[in-house]
Amino acid sequence: MSTKAAIHHDEHHDHPKGMKHWFTTTNHKDIGTMYLIFSLIMFFVGGIMILGVRAELFQPGLQLMKPEFYNQLIGSHALIMIFAALMPAATGFANWMIPLQIGAPDMALPRINNWGFWLLPVAATLLILPFILALFGVGDGGAATGWTLYAPLSVQGGMGVDFAIFAIHILGVSSVLGSINVIVTIFNMRAPGMTLMKMPLFAWGWLITAFLLVATIPVLAGAVTMLLTDRHFGTHFFDAAGGGDPILFQHLFWFFGHPEVYILLLPVWGFMPQILQTFSRKPIFGYKAQVFSLIAIGILSLVVWAHHFLTAGMPVPALLYFMYSTMSISLPLAVLFFCWIANIWKGALTFETPMLFAIGWIILFGIGGLTGLVLADVAADAQYHHSYFVVAHFHYTLFVGGIMGIMAGVYYWLPKMTGHMYNEKLGKLHFWLTAISFNLTFLPQFFVGLAGMPRRIPDYALQFAEFNAISSVGAFILGLSQLLFLYNIIACARGGKKATDKVWEGAEGLEWTLSSPPPYHSFSKQPTIK
Amino acid sequence: METLKQKSLNKKNKKLVLKLMGLVLGSIIFAFSLVPLYNLICNVTGLNGKTNSVADQTSLKIDASRWIKVEFTSTVMPGLGWNFYPNQSSVKVHPGEIMVVTFTAKNITNEVVAGQAIPSLSPGQASPYFKKIECFCFQRQELKAGETKTFPMRFYVSTDVPQDIKTVTLSYAFYNTVK
Repeated sequence: MSTKAAIHHDEHHDHPKGMKHWFTTTNHKDIGTMYLIFSLIMFFVGGIMILGVRAELFQPGLQLMKPEFYNQLIGSHALIMIFAALMPAATGFANWMIPLQIGAPDMALPRINNWGFWLLPVAATLLILPFILALFGVGDGGAATGWTLYAPLSVQGGMGVDFAIFAIHILGVSSVLGSINVIVTIFNMRAPGMTLMKMPLFAWGWLITAFLLVATIPVLAGAVTMLLTDRHFGTHFFDAAGGGDPILFQHLFWFFGHPEVYILLLPVWGFMPQILQTFSRKPIFGYKAQVFSLIAIGILSLVVWAHHFLTAGMPVPALLYFMYSTMSISLPLAVLFFCWIANIWKGALTFETPMLFAIGWIILFGIGGLTGLVLADVAADAQYHHSYFVVAHFHYTLFVGGIMGIMAGVYYWLPKMTGHMYNEKLGKLHFWLTAISFNLTFLPQFFVGLAGMPRRIPDYALQFAEFNAISSVGAFILGLSQLLFLYNIIACARGGKKATDKVWEGAEGLEWTLSSPPPYHSFSKQPTIK
Repeated sequence: METLKQKSLNKKNKKLVLKLMGLVLGSIIFAFSLVPLYNLICNVTGLNGKTNSVADQTSLKIDASRWIKVEFTSTVMPGLGWNFYPNQSSVKVHPGEIMVVTFTAKNITNEVVAGQAIPSLSPGQASPYFKKIECFCFQRQELKAGETKTFPMRFYVSTDVPQDIKTVTLSYAFYNTVK
């Protein structure tokens, strides 16, 4: 029913104007833009939070904040970056690009698409509100539990935990709506002739992400609901005194939490080959192998969750199972890596900003992947668990694999979305500052982690002082260089050199057959794929 | 023609949405069914060092050829104004031999407080073999203001305990049971 409305109002008017239209729009490009802008704003909110943390960690001892506030900052930083920055960015690209790439007039469920987006600002408000309320003496601030909300700490925590629980519920509803929309669009709206095995890899990555979200977000929602009833309604799911078990929470959380990692990464793995293909002027290497690897990783991600708490006390057979199954993910992932490298091998390379980000992404994300293999080793994990080694590892995967990947996508598609070229010089500067300061921030953390510095503690032993100082300086450079990114995007949206339809010489795919920016209602005549 | 195609697409979309909503519902049911499933797995495998919570039968066999050292520790959880400690730090038993140890709890508040003790055995693999015949942890315990009580705990380690287990540690955490 909603599809019909979207199709029909096509012919009557072009781009509507005015503030009000953003609340009611069902256009996939408008909604995609809103997702991307929201994500960019929250990226800075989460970034400012962690700069507070890095400022505190610049020196040993407590200088700037109380440990309680420090705990609130790290947890909120993670929740915001994962749920309000990375996931909406991926959903924004899905809205913008999937209909264009598969030759559909719009998303299949435009009205649900609009609801899905407008739940996000509500959830973000719920995450930030406890901080603001605490300024006025109401409550004790945000959830001070870390983003994992482990019981029994979260059962005892202040009202910030309740805000986080409801925020997660709303974010969950939003993601599930978005995912259902993506699946229905991909299954039912492809242009004639576009079989699943001809579909761009970005659509494939998102299809698997969407299925993972539909399967795991309800488990997280269930877990935090149990937490809520434990806190307020006298149940004992996670309360040992009432016959419950706090370890159960860890199982429920990570049953969602591990697929979540791939939920964040699969869309990026999807469009990265398209960027590599464009700037090496070679067709995608091993399309089929990549598709099957993406599917294999999606399935495997559902059965390896307990490697996040290998030290919690499990029987040896369970430890071995989770170790080997986790390590087996590196096989399909290695296939992907070799396909990416083979894609640029002997290509006619040029190094525009998206390509710089893509190549930096392969190298740094590789480090993230390999250090994950070390963490999966039961014997080694006993030493690395809950140390800064873990923090460094997951920033190499999530900051590089997620955010730097998204940045590559932003530079790649920005000319298509805005119709203007961005400032190439600033873009390159942004890349080099980001890549160097990222390593300056997180490389030292591997070493302090190996030396025994625990994560999530606002103070540390004197021996870690120099490396933490380096790390903090790196973090501030990293944070400030993102202002270049912001400036470049705003400048590009407002004007600049006109972009051609194809934008990049080597670009392949349906989105490049449309004008830049694409017409408000793309594909007035649905394309046919031979 | 166009509207006919549109109609069939809408129908197709609706069908798929319903299927996917079914998948979401299934995931929610799965999440909540993990709770009994988890407890079942813990009971069967002895994961997490969960020991029996109702009295076990006495054993008749005694394996005098080996010794098992049983150590005791105790914790009072926040929110419970008690002192609580084992009266012996460890005992040595033969598998099958029935042993009685005692724990002492004192209510240091000026009101009646009920507490619940939760046992946990380490290593967890030994927990199916650790049998409690009488334990204060089988039900909640109430102490009057300032009252001191000594609790006996009667147990044995069954004879089929694996050979490589020579020492086990039994830990009790006492919780407040206001809720």
